[in-house]
Amino acid sequence: MILEALIAVAFASALVVLLSPNEWAGRLAFALSLIPFAGSLYLWSGFDGSGNALTGGDIAYQTQIEWLEVGGRSVSWFVGLDGISLPLVVLTTFLVPLAILSAWTPIDSRQSQFYGLMLFMQANLLGVFTALDFFLWFVFWEAVLVPMYFLIGIWGGPRRKYAAIKFFVYTNAASLLMFIGFMSLTFALGDSVSSFALPEITGAIADGGLGSFAGLAPETLAMAAFLAMFLGFAVKVPIVPFHTWLPDAHVEAPTPVSVLLAGVLLKMGTYALLRYNFTMLPEQASALAIPIAAIAVISVIYGAMLALAQKDLKRIVAYSSVSSMGYVILGLVVFTEYGVGGATFQMVAHGLISGLMFMAVGVVYNATHTRMVGDMAGMADRMPVTVGILVAGAFGYMGLPLMAGFAGEFFIFVGSFAAPALPYAPLFTALAMFGIVIVAGYLLSAMQSTLFGPFELATDYEVGPAPFHDVAPLAVLLAAIIVLGVAPDIFFEMIRDAAVPVVEGVSVDG
Amino acid sequence: MVEPLPQVTALLPVLLLAFTGLALLLVDTLSPDTRSNTSMAVVSALGALAALAATVWFVASGTGSGDTGGAILLFADAIKVDTMGLFFTAIFASVTSLVVVAAHDYFHDHPNPATFYSLTLFAATGMSLLAVANSLAVVFVALEMVSLPSYVLVAFLKQNRGSVEAGLKYFLVGALSSAIFLFGISLVYAATGSLMLGDVAGVLGDIAAGTDGLDSRSGIAGLGIVMILGGVAFKTASVPFHFWAPEAYEGAPAPVSAFLSSASKAAGFVIAFRVFTEAFPVGASLSADINWVLAFGILAAVTMTLGNFAAAVQEEVKRMLAYSSIGHAGYALIGVAALTGADGGAAANGAVMGAAMAHLLVYGFMNTGAFLFVAMAERWGVGRTFEDYAGLAKRAPVASTAMAVFMFSLAGLPPFAGFFSKYFLFMGAIDNGFLWLAAVGAVNSVISLYYYSRVVKALFIDDPASPTTLDTIDVRPTALYAAVVFAAVATVLLLPGFGPVIETAEAAASALF
Repeated sequence: MILEALIAVAFASALVVLLSPNEWAGRLAFALSLIPFAGSLYLWSGFDGSGNALTGGDIAYQTQIEWLEVGGRSVSWFVGLDGISLPLVVLTTFLVPLAILSAWTPIDSRQSQFYGLMLFMQANLLGVFTALDFFLWFVFWEAVLVPMYFLIGIWGGPRRKYAAIKFFVYTNAASLLMFIGFMSLTFALGDSVSSFALPEITGAIADGGLGSFAGLAPETLAMAAFLAMFLGFAVKVPIVPFHTWLPDAHVEAPTPVSVLLAGVLLKMGTYALLRYNFTMLPEQASALAIPIAAIAVISVIYGAMLALAQKDLKRIVAYSSVSSMGYVILGLVVFTEYGVGGATFQMVAHGLISGLMFMAVGVVYNATHTRMVGDMAGMADRMPVTVGILVAGAFGYMGLPLMAGFAGEFFIFVGSFAAPALPYAPLFTALAMFGIVIVAGYLLSAMQSTLFGPFELATDYEVGPAPFHDVAPLAVLLAAIIVLGVAPDIFFEMIRDAAVPVVEGVSVDG
Repeated sequence: MVEPLPQVTALLPVLLLAFTGLALLLVDTLSPDTRSNTSMAVVSALGALAALAATVWFVASGTGSGDTGGAILLFADAIKVDTMGLFFTAIFASVTSLVVVAAHDYFHDHPNPATFYSLTLFAATGMSLLAVANSLAVVFVALEMVSLPSYVLVAFLKQNRGSVEAGLKYFLVGALSSAIFLFGISLVYAATGSLMLGDVAGVLGDIAAGTDGLDSRSGIAGLGIVMILGGVAFKTASVPFHFWAPEAYEGAPAPVSAFLSSASKAAGFVIAFRVFTEAFPVGASLSADINWVLAFGILAAVTMTLGNFAAAVQEEVKRMLAYSSIGHAGYALIGVAALTGADGGAAANGAVMGAAMAHLLVYGFMNTGAFLFVAMAERWGVGRTFEDYAGLAKRAPVASTAMAVFMFSLAGLPPFAGFFSKYFLFMGAIDNGFLWLAAVGAVNSVISLYYYSRVVKALFIDDPASPTTLDTIDVRPTALYAAVVFAAVATVLLLPGFGPVIETAEAAASALF
């Protein structure tokens, strides 16, 4: 019942904060958000799952209660954790308190609503990563969009209305496509399943339970469903060419919201891809391995090139997220233990690193009120600690060894270089590696012109060091990145355990 | 085992509504000085809630269901109390109680609010009678019992030009459609020689089988059925008899719009669901070449498309809601459009019609709530357009949140009850082989997100035209707030609580096939 308690506490906290006075909503929200974090640490310490939740592994903290019945299939409250979802739950509960802390400075109106929505989003994110019933999962999945829409639309920058609507419409249309894809699968499964539980559906598909539906042969239908779901999730990830909502949303969103958007919301897309596309329909995934790998590599390179061309610090980080997500897709499609495991690890690592980058850019912005590369120089002079952490985070982004980003990318490349399931694997890997060079290029040049050299910024006030509650979350994040880089096994072991059954879904000849 | 209650107690919900209405009228007539808006509102709300409680109790105890001996027939079989009738009565009673509570604040300075409460309750009585009618004669009488008070209610603000104009339009179209409906009944009687739903079905079966020797009568019966269908289309505000709806909903006082677009529409559907399944069974009608299923299918598709597209271009919130209500009539029509005449289709037919019933219940809360929010805006004196609603969330965060819940739920977003009811509906249609209807419905749902989210955007994200526009909001209409918040809570709670609702609805609908 501890998972339910965790989600319930998050919902209750959201309500309490919504009704609290603006003056101390921030502090209250921070205190309350520590409860789920403590809870997730407890979950971690007592984690006893093994294998993959969808392929018959032992699910930790499982609860299954029947909710209702649709056309002979039951929908239930079915939650549980395996080695893939636990790290993401920990990531979510870890990032939310830090994001709330980083909101104390910039958010100066309607605070109780802001923090209430942040906590409401956290509750739904926890639901997304723990739900093992399609309907339950879909309810949480969509419920994440609503607070996000308000968070961008109310507290965002000058073009916030446009960005909020664009985000909402894009992701909703994508959800519908994905929903139709999944539903056609369940219709085609017919009587061979009796519920919407993901493990049961995965098992039935693996046993060849797919029939024909709406005049489509089982193979055609599975492929169509795969494509519909892939496109639906691709928007969320986002993968080039479905990425255009992301820079708008990031640039307009207030910093703490960007932190969660990049840190956790993008992982919903890759998590769902892993669960639905690559675990449920591995045959279709490996049949499409070359085009998917090509899209992944294009995302890596094109995202990095776009970042190279930006002048706005936030846009740079936003586009580099597109690039990083390309690595995750590459890791998934190669279907090796290290590839899939590394991709999952990279989700966590990128969540921490991109969170750090957005937060640090936000702290700089709080002081300078500009994010344009050309507008400032020599910030290291005035905010040494913040800039130090920002530089460290940037090196993490570039994949400096002993930081989490290195571990994630290294695992992915190890897994992908000699992947038997992907033809021309070494070529794809080499091309993707080239992305790192571009990342280094744009991050170093952007930092050099803004952070170093003589101080230069046109303001009518004195720019000084950031307050403690702005810098502290940065330091905590950096520490976590280093810990995960030095000892990746704290997560990687359980991830690998859950990734192996996914890999076994694909039979490779020779 | 206790002594069983006399059978007529099965009509308790109807009687409660009727007697409450009469009592209000009596007090209003005998002692006009002692009446007060508050006491009238309280009494009528209590009456409606008592009827709701009785209905829920009957459903829970299985009155009229197959488990306890089947439907209860009264008055020479003219009345038939079964689970479907009770289910719809629950919708009517819920909407009525929300509306009368809200009306207390809306009509706070009206000289004679008592009339409003008794008229509303009389209309509700007619609706719940409609839900249990087992004869075409009772159907017609009950329908008029709904219509006559409704005309007056629409024109209730008699000093207001819009209200009177809307009432007149509603009356003219209503009178015409009543005539058509009645003519249809007479033709069906001519063809089958009976007004009882069950007997009509029997003769129709004979006509279809060609065993009565007069096969030409299928044409007369068919014409009659089409005319009855026209009456249904009027009451549910479906194409081609939807013209009155935007005018009436916009011109009427907002609580009346809420009542008409939720309860009165559901009343139209109860005619469709009962008459077309019990008097004109799908199988027999199809073999007699009377394909009303296809007619409903086309109406459903056209109605939802027209409603949604027209709603998308509106600049006034109330008018947008009026068109959205036409769109939702289209969704609910799937319940009679996606039926199959195949043998053994009873379970699937029950599933899709049950889904439509559940959708109407959910719709009863979310749509009533949305119109009541408009009522609140009218009470505050803010304008009618989207721009006028800008920034309202700053002054009224609770009510605005409730409105956001209604909008997202009407659009069918998953965290709210509207998602499930729509999903079940489309799923049932697909199961019965009506993929095209489900597809039209899904596309329309996506379109609807655009105009519903415009309201949310105006409330929460847009800034008011000038900083002082919000200062006019200085009243806190408690009862209106209570009604709106209650409707929002119900809309949210119907998501986890959807299981019993859909199961009851499916069981009720399956009993008809």
